[in-house]
Amino acid sequence: MRHKQSAWLATALIGIALAVLPFVVGLGIGNAWVRVLDFALLYVMLALGLNIVVGMAGLLDLGYIAFYAVGAYLYALLSSPQFGLHWPVWAVLPLGALVAGLFGAVLGAPTLRLRGDYLAIVTLGFGEIVRIFLNNLNSPINITNGPQGISQIDPVRIAGVPLSRPLEVFGHTLPAVYLYYYLFVLLALLIVFITVRLEDSRIGRAWVAIREDEIAAKACGINTRNIKLLAFAMGASFGGVAGGLFAGFQEFVSPESFSLMESIMVLCMVVLGGMGHIPGVILGALLLAVLPEALRYGAVPIQQALFGRVLLDPESLRMLLFGVALIAVMLYRPAGLWPEARRKREFLGARTK
Amino acid sequence: MDIFIQQLINGLVLGSIYALVALGYTMVYGILGLINFAHGDIVMVGALVALSVCRVLADSGLPGPMIVLIGLMVAVLVCMALGFVIERVAYRRLRNAPRLAPLITAIGVSIVLQQIAMLFWGRNYHSFPPLLPTSTREIAGAQITDVQIAIVVAAALVMAGLMLLVHRTRLGRAMRATAENPAIAGLMGVNVNVIIAATFVIGSALAAVAGVMVSANYGIAHYHMGFILGLKAFTAAVLGGIGSLGGAMLGGLLLGIIEALGAGYIGDLTGGVFGSNYQDVFAFFVLILVLVFRPSGLMGEKLAERA
Repeated sequence: MRHKQSAWLATALIGIALAVLPFVVGLGIGNAWVRVLDFALLYVMLALGLNIVVGMAGLLDLGYIAFYAVGAYLYALLSSPQFGLHWPVWAVLPLGALVAGLFGAVLGAPTLRLRGDYLAIVTLGFGEIVRIFLNNLNSPINITNGPQGISQIDPVRIAGVPLSRPLEVFGHTLPAVYLYYYLFVLLALLIVFITVRLEDSRIGRAWVAIREDEIAAKACGINTRNIKLLAFAMGASFGGVAGGLFAGFQEFVSPESFSLMESIMVLCMVVLGGMGHIPGVILGALLLAVLPEALRYGAVPIQQALFGRVLLDPESLRMLLFGVALIAVMLYRPAGLWPEARRKREFLGARTK
Repeated sequence: MDIFIQQLINGLVLGSIYALVALGYTMVYGILGLINFAHGDIVMVGALVALSVCRVLADSGLPGPMIVLIGLMVAVLVCMALGFVIERVAYRRLRNAPRLAPLITAIGVSIVLQQIAMLFWGRNYHSFPPLLPTSTREIAGAQITDVQIAIVVAAALVMAGLMLLVHRTRLGRAMRATAENPAIAGLMGVNVNVIIAATFVIGSALAAVAGVMVSANYGIAHYHMGFILGLKAFTAAVLGGIGSLGGAMLGGLLLGIIEALGAGYIGDLTGGVFGSNYQDVFAFFVLILVLVFRPSGLMGEKLAERA
């Protein structure tokens, strides 16, 4: 009984913490930071999706951002003046998940025979192909508006209330970034719930079995082809949902948001946090989404205080430190910052050998 | 027909450059099983170092090709040192780590190299000083510059030299042994650490040569040029069968020619629906097709399951 009670207590505490977080952040350091939080939550969704493919099933995917792009452009095309369509969110987001999942399966099908680095390069090529198409599908028929991207996308509306405008609740005005924050938190929690349940399911165990040893998994009667396809489709559909939310939140999409660097960024979140370990992946996503922003804001004043002038512009300092951090974390914690207990033991065992 | 030969020649030039870079990827992969993501950025450093040296010496009165040669030497030395340091700092400790760990450090090294290059050379595109002759010759109706001829010849010489090194010297034998099985090679008296360092150093030297070729041929260099070049070269290495030296050369040449022909004809083939801006799609599409039907590349050994 007591165990159950403390579990409920923990859930309630986390819930309250998540609910008041935007107020603490917003009133403490400004609403721009709530926006950073919103993006961090999108990255959490992406990282959890990629974690299914890379972390659980062990398939290295370097083109994951393509699915984010598919979700975002689908939302952009179906609810913006681009084609004069204004589909509601509840129809577009599931459709985005479905179409992205389909793309995942389409990518997965021809690559099933490939392993390791060949898979990596094919997925990378796929990601680039999607981006190049988005960049160039403005002629002969204009679909994506090319490099200019699609603007004036409808904001996310829930029960007719657009989240892009401040909302009066009990005499308080909630800014738009708060509203999106709550939406994103709910969806992120849903995705966390799904991945946690998947991890313990027959499918999740099959993924881990394939990661550890594909031939042995096959010998145990796992249909490796279908299970791998499922991993691709499942991971991609999370990316699709996050993409749709991104389009609604930004009200603008353009191909440059979906470069290879973004795929690498999400991969770094997964690996840095601890592949295959859900809390680790969430930690990785939050760290890599928030810390660079902190540097962007903090770099100028700190340099002025230390040297009296700005030696490095914040953007290059941010990237430089990002690169150094990637190297340092991998050198000293190659299994990630917060690895799965079992994986950690395996790794330590391997090193003492 | 003129366009065909012209594009074939352009493809050959581009392909020789890809082949040189692809060799660096494939050598490191053959020995360590690691995608050295930073390799493209070593090419970039090579190009920019050579460019700076050439600029400094441009008014010294030395003949142009001589200056470029000096620039090339300096670039090769800098890149060899860089390759050595990168292997030592970022990869050596991770030799037995989970497979993705060195990949992430490689990405980290790539980012750091780009940012450091940006500190030195800024965000601008730099144009290569006009030191080389711009005379052209006509071959079967197509124009080819002397620089392009020099690139193809130099690339062929460098590759022939590499083949000699790998197949005819003690060092080469040790490298092949290490690629086959590092542990056993160690037992046979091969100093595996030295061999791996040597592999990185040689690969980086090839990258520097390729970098100078790119900036001499296309006339520009900037801090971000290594990324897409590295990507293409890696594609070429996989196309040929990663880990195989001959494969990297073949893959590089093929990719260069496919790209050039694709860019030249894609408009006609599709009735103007797709333009030459789909050039990159073409390259990746061919790669995916090859891998689907020949999962270990054109000349790869059957090690698809090893990874």
